[in-house]
Amino acid sequence: MVAPPHMNAEDAVDRLLAALPESDAAGRARFAELGFPTPRDEDWRFTPVKPLTELNFSAAPVDADATLEGCVFAAIDGPQLVFVNGHYSEALSQVGELPAGVEVRPMSAGDCPAPPAPEDAFGALNAATVTDGPFISVADNVHFETPVRVYYLSTGSNGATVNVRGYIRAEVNSQVTVLESWTGKQAGYFNNATTELHAADNAQVEHVKFQDEHTGAFHVGGLHTALGRDARVAHHSLALGGRIARNNLRAHLNGTGIEAVLNGLYLPRAGQLIDHHMVVNHEQPHCDSHEYFNGILDDDSRAVFHGRIHVHKGADKTDAKQTNKNLLLSDSATIDTKPQLEIYADDVKCTHGATIGQMNAEQIFYLRARGLDEESARRMIMHAFAGEIVERIQCEAAREELDRLVWDRLEQMGGLVAA
Amino acid sequence: MLEIKNLQAGVEGKAILKGIDLSINAGEVHAIMGPNGSGKSTLAQLLAGREGYEITDGLVRYNGEDLLDLGPEERVREGFFLAFQYPVEIPGVNTTYFLRAAVNALREHRGEAELSAVEFLKLMREKIQLLELDESLLKRSVNEGFSGGEKKRAEILQMALLDPKFAVLDETDSGLDIDALKVVAGGVNHLKRADNAQLVITHYQRLLDYIVPDHVHVLVDGRIVKSGPKELALELEERGYDWIIEEQAA
Repeated sequence: MVAPPHMNAEDAVDRLLAALPESDAAGRARFAELGFPTPRDEDWRFTPVKPLTELNFSAAPVDADATLEGCVFAAIDGPQLVFVNGHYSEALSQVGELPAGVEVRPMSAGDCPAPPAPEDAFGALNAATVTDGPFISVADNVHFETPVRVYYLSTGSNGATVNVRGYIRAEVNSQVTVLESWTGKQAGYFNNATTELHAADNAQVEHVKFQDEHTGAFHVGGLHTALGRDARVAHHSLALGGRIARNNLRAHLNGTGIEAVLNGLYLPRAGQLIDHHMVVNHEQPHCDSHEYFNGILDDDSRAVFHGRIHVHKGADKTDAKQTNKNLLLSDSATIDTKPQLEIYADDVKCTHGATIGQMNAEQIFYLRARGLDEESARRMIMHAFAGEIVERIQCEAAREELDRLVWDRLEQMGGLVAA
Repeated sequence: MLEIKNLQAGVEGKAILKGIDLSINAGEVHAIMGPNGSGKSTLAQLLAGREGYEITDGLVRYNGEDLLDLGPEERVREGFFLAFQYPVEIPGVNTTYFLRAAVNALREHRGEAELSAVEFLKLMREKIQLLELDESLLKRSVNEGFSGGEKKRAEILQMALLDPKFAVLDETDSGLDIDALKVVAGGVNHLKRADNAQLVITHYQRLLDYIVPDHVHVLVDGRIVKSGPKELALELEERGYDWIIEEQAA
């Protein structure tokens, strides 16, 4: 049987470019040149994108019927930007009155600095074909306590492709919290996103990415952070959705005294693959970075964690700590974890550790020996495993809601009955 | 209250307990002493319901019921309690949350109403004073980062909250300095009543200065080789275990 034309992975690049509207020619050429990664590419060894290349690509359309029904953070007040299939929805967005120095708008409504040079095909594709995205900026000395919410809704299916770009800038001594929600209702759409996060000297930024897309959807998201002196930045990735969901996290610690936290929880189930690919660059002395990633894997799901900490020459007194802990609820779940330290400075403190395991029998016995039944004991340990990550979210309203939501999700997973 | 008859058990074909007989009545405190590797902790763990032991012979009756037939949590609900020698750390599980869940599981079993967060906090405040524990520990994860002494005191706090009929204390004194030992022993003694019983497992006679047993048993190589009044503990302290082992061999 001859495969239908859209099933052909070989010409995926051409089909995708043909489907998307005319845009930056150089970027399109760059994407064509790089092409989709293959498992021979070290950075994609455990994440085959073949199912993605077999989609019947089209540009995801404007959809005026989309709603925010069922989305997270609904109880939180403050500005919200909504993008439906990558197009700004004025009807669903609410910005309201903002204090002086705070700018929250779609990127299409004004200027935005050019993105950094793309490092891979997805970045090149995004740069060449981006439709819109959030622009959030906070001026010097402005502490904006109200979280800014950004909703990305996908209503397409079968190859509907979205390229969005987010831009967050916190100027000197400023503070901002951004809560992102990624959801979609049908299988087969493809979100290709980048977010740039710039925190200037002494700025404080909390960024939460809640990704709970259709389990048949594709998601590639890049987060590029550039941090100034004494900046304190925390990124939290709660990755629940997608058939293949890949998060490229890139942090550049370009000043002294920075504290960066990259914190993530992934909960893949049947047929899902969730990948966090992280590179943290320590470029200046006296910076701390902490990377905590926990995963709970059910059914035949897969997860990938790649964590590279690169301590550049001269970045003395670096304190980098990285942990990746995985709980496998099923014999057929797979985790590939790859911690990497590259150190070119002399006086540094770097640790990394990865664990993979079933539920700890000692802990279960201890809880049962205090009167909890086995199911409650397992539940408590699973909750704790996820809670460790969720707990680090500073924004209380978001933390409490995500804690409940993660809890509900865990309730649907296996592992609650004796193996 | 607890009756152990010819209990024989092992792990992976290796016999550890080789026929234990022991009878403990309400109102009594028994101590089991013995050298390393004699089977003391195996007995404690087995009574608490740890999986992985093969029970090859014998029985354990607890208030007339077959204890070995019950799951660990069922034993607790029937009033059995083990203070662990090595309490396990459970990162991410808040101590207060865990203790309240444990107390409420027991209350539910007894047909009593659940304690609200406020009611539970009141009960817990009362009990932590007994153990001279810092209240901040209760906000931390279960046993995580606790010092050795804090872990042991936290075990007795759990005992105080669950108010067992029969408690086994597995080397609760190991690793404690004398002040901590006094606090722990004081807590245990406070919980002593005419209608409950305690089995104290220890390597050192020192603990028995503070928790005074009615009966002392010597466990050697999986068997109780000698039983006697509390003075036996002093004799063991003075003379070691070798004379008993030799007496047995003779």
